Amino acid sequence: MAVKVYLALTIHFFVLMKKLLLSLSILAFGHSMLAQDYFPKNDGVKIAKDNYYVFTNATIHTTPDVTLKNATLVVQKGKIVSVGKSVSIPKNAIVADLNGKHIYASFIDPMTSFGITKPKNKSKNPWSGNLQYDSSRTGYYWNDHVRPETNALDHFKYDEKKAKEYLKEGFGTVNTHLNDGIIRGTSLLVALNNEANTSERLLDDHTSQLFSFEKSVKSKQVYPTSLMGAIALIRQFYLDADWYAKGNVATKDLSIEAFNSNKKLPQIFYAGSTINSIRADKLGDQAGVQYVLVGGGKEYARINEVKQTNASYIIPLNYPDAMDVSDPLMQHLVSLHDMRYWNQAPANAAVLSKNGVTFSLTTDRLKKLSDFSKNLKKAIKNGLDKKTALESLTTIPAKILGKSDQLGVLKVNAIANFLITKGELFSDDNIIYENWVQGAKNSIVDMNTVDLTGSYALTLEGKKYDLTISGKPNKPKSKLKLNNKKVASKINYKNSWVTLSVSDVDTTKTAFTRLVALIDKSANWQGKAVLPSGAETTFNVIKKEKEKEKAAEKKYKQKEEPPNKIMPITFPNMAYGFSSLPIAKTVLFKNATVWTNEAEGILQTTDVLVKSGKIVKIGKNLVSKNAEVIDATGKHLTSGIIDEHAHIATAAVNEAGHNSSAEVTIEDVIDPDDINIYRNLAGGVTSIQILHGSANPIGGRSAIIKLKWGESAENLKFNNAPKFIKFALGENVKQSNWGGKTRFPQSRMGVEQLYIDYFSRALEYEQKMKSGKPYRKDIELETLLEIVNGARFISCHSYIQSEVNMLMKLAEKFGFKVNTFTHILEGYKVADKMRIHGAGGSTFSDWWAYKYEVNDAIPYNASIMHKQGVTVAINSDDPEMSRRLNQEAAKSVKYGGVSEEDAWKFVTLNPAKLLHIDDRVGSIKVGKDADLVLWTDNPLSVYAKAEKQ
Amino acid sequence: MKKLVYFLAFIFCVAKLFSQQTPAKKQLGIHSIVGATAHVGDGTIIENSVLIFENGKIKVIGAEGSITPAGEIINAKGKHVYPGFIAPNTTLGLVEIDAVRASDDESEIGTFNPHIRSVIAYNTESKVVESMRPNGVLIAQITPRGGRISGTSSIVQLDAWNWEDAVLKMDDGVHINWPSIYKRGHWWSGEDPGIKPNDKYNEAVTKLKEYVLQAKASVEGNNQRNLPHLALKGVFEGDKALYIHINSEKAILDAIQFIKVFKIKRPVLVDADQAYKVAAQLKANNIPVLLERVHSTPDFDDSDYDLPYKHAKLLMDAGVTVAIQNAGDMERANVRNLPFQAGTVVAHGMSKEQALQLITLNAAKILGIDDQVGTLAIGKDATLFISKGDALDMRTNQLEKAFIQGRDISLETHQTALWKRYSKKYTEKK
Repeated sequence: MAVKVYLALTIHFFVLMKKLLLSLSILAFGHSMLAQDYFPKNDGVKIAKDNYYVFTNATIHTTPDVTLKNATLVVQKGKIVSVGKSVSIPKNAIVADLNGKHIYASFIDPMTSFGITKPKNKSKNPWSGNLQYDSSRTGYYWNDHVRPETNALDHFKYDEKKAKEYLKEGFGTVNTHLNDGIIRGTSLLVALNNEANTSERLLDDHTSQLFSFEKSVKSKQVYPTSLMGAIALIRQFYLDADWYAKGNVATKDLSIEAFNSNKKLPQIFYAGSTINSIRADKLGDQAGVQYVLVGGGKEYARINEVKQTNASYIIPLNYPDAMDVSDPLMQHLVSLHDMRYWNQAPANAAVLSKNGVTFSLTTDRLKKLSDFSKNLKKAIKNGLDKKTALESLTTIPAKILGKSDQLGVLKVNAIANFLITKGELFSDDNIIYENWVQGAKNSIVDMNTVDLTGSYALTLEGKKYDLTISGKPNKPKSKLKLNNKKVASKINYKNSWVTLSVSDVDTTKTAFTRLVALIDKSANWQGKAVLPSGAETTFNVIKKEKEKEKAAEKKYKQKEEPPNKIMPITFPNMAYGFSSLPIAKTVLFKNATVWTNEAEGILQTTDVLVKSGKIVKIGKNLVSKNAEVIDATGKHLTSGIIDEHAHIATAAVNEAGHNSSAEVTIEDVIDPDDINIYRNLAGGVTSIQILHGSANPIGGRSAIIKLKWGESAENLKFNNAPKFIKFALGENVKQSNWGGKTRFPQSRMGVEQLYIDYFSRALEYEQKMKSGKPYRKDIELETLLEIVNGARFISCHSYIQSEVNMLMKLAEKFGFKVNTFTHILEGYKVADKMRIHGAGGSTFSDWWAYKYEVNDAIPYNASIMHKQGVTVAINSDDPEMSRRLNQEAAKSVKYGGVSEEDAWKFVTLNPAKLLHIDDRVGSIKVGKDADLVLWTDNPLSVYAKAEKQ
Repeated sequence: MKKLVYFLAFIFCVAKLFSQQTPAKKQLGIHSIVGATAHVGDGTIIENSVLIFENGKIKVIGAEGSITPAGEIINAKGKHVYPGFIAPNTTLGLVEIDAVRASDDESEIGTFNPHIRSVIAYNTESKVVESMRPNGVLIAQITPRGGRISGTSSIVQLDAWNWEDAVLKMDDGVHINWPSIYKRGHWWSGEDPGIKPNDKYNEAVTKLKEYVLQAKASVEGNNQRNLPHLALKGVFEGDKALYIHINSEKAILDAIQFIKVFKIKRPVLVDADQAYKVAAQLKANNIPVLLERVHSTPDFDDSDYDLPYKHAKLLMDAGVTVAIQNAGDMERANVRNLPFQAGTVVAHGMSKEQALQLITLNAAKILGIDDQVGTLAIGKDATLFISKGDALDMRTNQLEKAFIQGRDISLETHQTALWKRYSKKYTEKK
């Protein structure tokens, strides 16, 4: 079959050379093109395939920078022998005069799954059935999702059909891998040479080592359940790989061995989205690795951060389809964010290029490969310069894969992968005629096809028709008229033969006259016509010269598609984003009621001056020359609300895969694009602790952030934020209401023992650290050790008095203090013990009845704890309640009669104290951060609205 | 004998064997609340009011001076008196603890359950129910959940020995959950978790219409074998309301057409997160709304951050009869915050007395109980309370006394008992 196809394609390639080519092609198929002399041969005699292909009179783009006109390219045995203007042509050469056509290096896709089928996911919902906590394999790393030993070649089957699709788009080489798991193993590099076998087209079986944040579908091992778990897993794996490499491990770990031996390869991180690419880069920085990052297509929205990674990117060109907004009643389902994506995505490559980010393009994530050239054209229309476009498809991917000497350029000894095109590669009317891979031709469009488009006079049976031919040269469309009346017709043009079927003028009849002609280079043609009766006659077609130019012009105009009007981005790039990030101004609030939260109490008719983000003056009748003055007469100025317990602005909440996940941190997964940041700001909140969830007794580390809407994840973080970790007790950690029954602990009794075990291990670890001997660095145990040593604070999800008491006693045994009990709905029952221990209580105002352990929760809790001398905060745990925490604080006035000033501290100064950030925020005091809220009314009033901050 | 019962009840209360409060006795004699600012519930205020009630009914209300107090005088100078707040669309008493399945009776299996009646599962002794009263919530609609037609609700007052005593209006209406025009993808099966149109919407609406058509035929033929169908009889005849729980503008427009086609006499929209977009049509068709939670976040990123806060005002300004309700996550415990939800609406532009209507008169009208409750008006139930201050503000919502049908009810709860017990623990220790 392949022979036939090849023959068909070659038939029109220089008639003179036909015979020679024919024999060559047969040889090429029957044999390898590259010499493999030690292979036995039983089907004939050995032939030295050392004839040359020579392409003369071409415009050769040897690199994206260098163009040689009237140049010659010489190819032999799949490699470039010479290229240049004065090149000697060997005698045993097949010479093709390209007559001004262009030659470019073929494209390289560094990120595909070509020829490799992704394994199927067995179970749809990972939480269905019995949860699997341990790995399924032995001899490998303890986590099934780390599979660096995966070798793409073991899963590879060359896919001729798919290869043809790639060839059509201009690709000659692809890097391909098994798209499965967190550490995915190595990829292979294959030339898309349909005429060869794997021994010839396999350029490298270990091209790059791949990573992602996505678990393997081959295992149901639950850890990691979250993005932050995946990040922590990779981080610990690097340490373990290092420890193993130093010979400290007695047992065999094939995963680590494979990983270590592939460490020198290009390391490609399939991040999947822009924000994940930034996360991956940070992870790489910590591990001392610069990943090549596979982006998500929205890099333009956070281009500065993308730039700061200093990474090479691999960028998909999958633009979103236009959203269906034809029904105005349904259009609200499409967000501004999605509309922007649709509008801005085609400019992504241009933005990357203008910002100096090195990137390669990929077909990855395209719905169909044929979208590639279409979308690339869109990118160019939207500002991507053509040279960068070419680099991103040739030299850059070659460099990323470490193959610059062989691929992406046309130079001596490089692999003969090149395109022959009609004109400039990215011009509108360009055609890729041929895509040569390893010196073997793949014809895309017969370059000798005569372009038939134009207007003609067709004479048939004495009648004169007007024939117009439009469309692509190899796929023409016909329009036929007789005396200005349309006549149905259909044209077909293949292998130089054109057929045209002409319907009867009478449309009620289904009779056709069939015309056939062989096209030569002349503009006029004639041939045989078969009438409906079966009688044969002749016809002729004469080109109308005048029309020629006009038609060409028209055709060009039709093709011209205006570039999208790209809307400006905002920070963040969604509803209510800023057009530019706000800057700290000098502001003077005049005549406000100022709730200082300090000894001064509530000051009437007072001015507050703010400069460079700090409170600089508090007093009466203040003046400042450059300040923006805000008249706050009749209004209340307070420090911003601080939420001790939030789960907004994060891409993950729980790492539920282990009973301890001290190694994970929310700081890795802060999501600056969460609309709840904006909504919380509108409710007067300025700082929050993003806590890990309560899925396990030892949860993950917190992030403490300021709600600076529009900023990057990194800039949201408090500088030198105190270190926190979430612990949890009760129903959730014993999985009463979810999960299986196999994870220890399943009772409150077990929770205590789990803590003792982990803290004891942390202390043993400390002994090893201090011993001076080498030790395996363990992030989880180091975190726990920080707790024991007072360097990290616990915020413990808790309800029932017995377990609260337990944790305090346990902490005392290990010599540390539980910093905060959060929720602590039975805190009122042990408030005296909490005071003595020194623990704070961060509670709900009035939530209860949602589970058994909150049966005794009472809204008087805050008040009783407060009266017993516990530092009390009121928190939200909820993106709705957090935006009206002022109301929740006010409930302490109702329930238990707390004074208004103290109640207000429950959501400002006290959470600041609990978070150890009260030196910076939580009150209105000179020198503190100017995180202020101006309220229309007493902030504790249900009628108060946050007006400005 | 009677004395013995009281004695025993007293003993039990002291011994804390029962944490639930004992329902109050029938009103004896006449009571007069004197000097309070009366918030009538219809938008008006009477300063220094006198309110006289007898046999559980309001006899007289007016300004001091014009009226002579009678019977037992309750001095409420400087305080405020309100009609008992009404909480529509709750599951109070149907579930005690969300996470404990054994305590959960809020929904039945099946799609079309108009015959399912909530009232018989209503637990008058729920600790959650009693916790409503100290905040002024004295009346609630008990509504089943789930399915396309969830069932039939009833309206109760919140101080009773059993559901028969509690009922204010039995089987007041049937609840439909209108299909959603959009859905979210299942992330675990690799779908985009974003919002997308629900391609099964039209099919679901068609099925609902077919069901209602069938029911109508059964009702007309008085087919006693079709119990569920017959449960819709009152809906067709007008003595039961049809509560349509619904979201999105498009769905509401479809529902309005449905209401017209089936000539539904007392339609009510519930939730209706985009009602403001079709306010004119709602007004024109005289369709009232039990609006989505005030304390909620908008469904869409692009919505105004304060949409749920100001939504009631948008509707009221457009002339739609609107009340508020609290269905959603952790709905029962938070029903007691209904007055503060009304207060929040005030922060976003509505007047205080209008906001009060959202949980008094308007709610009573929509539920069809305004002849009995909803305002401080002569002839209505003496279901009312005295608060130290503004009852829509958390700080000043401090109830001193509350009456249901004239009965002087307990404002103690499981929670106040624990509060007192533990407060005492610490003071005694010292």
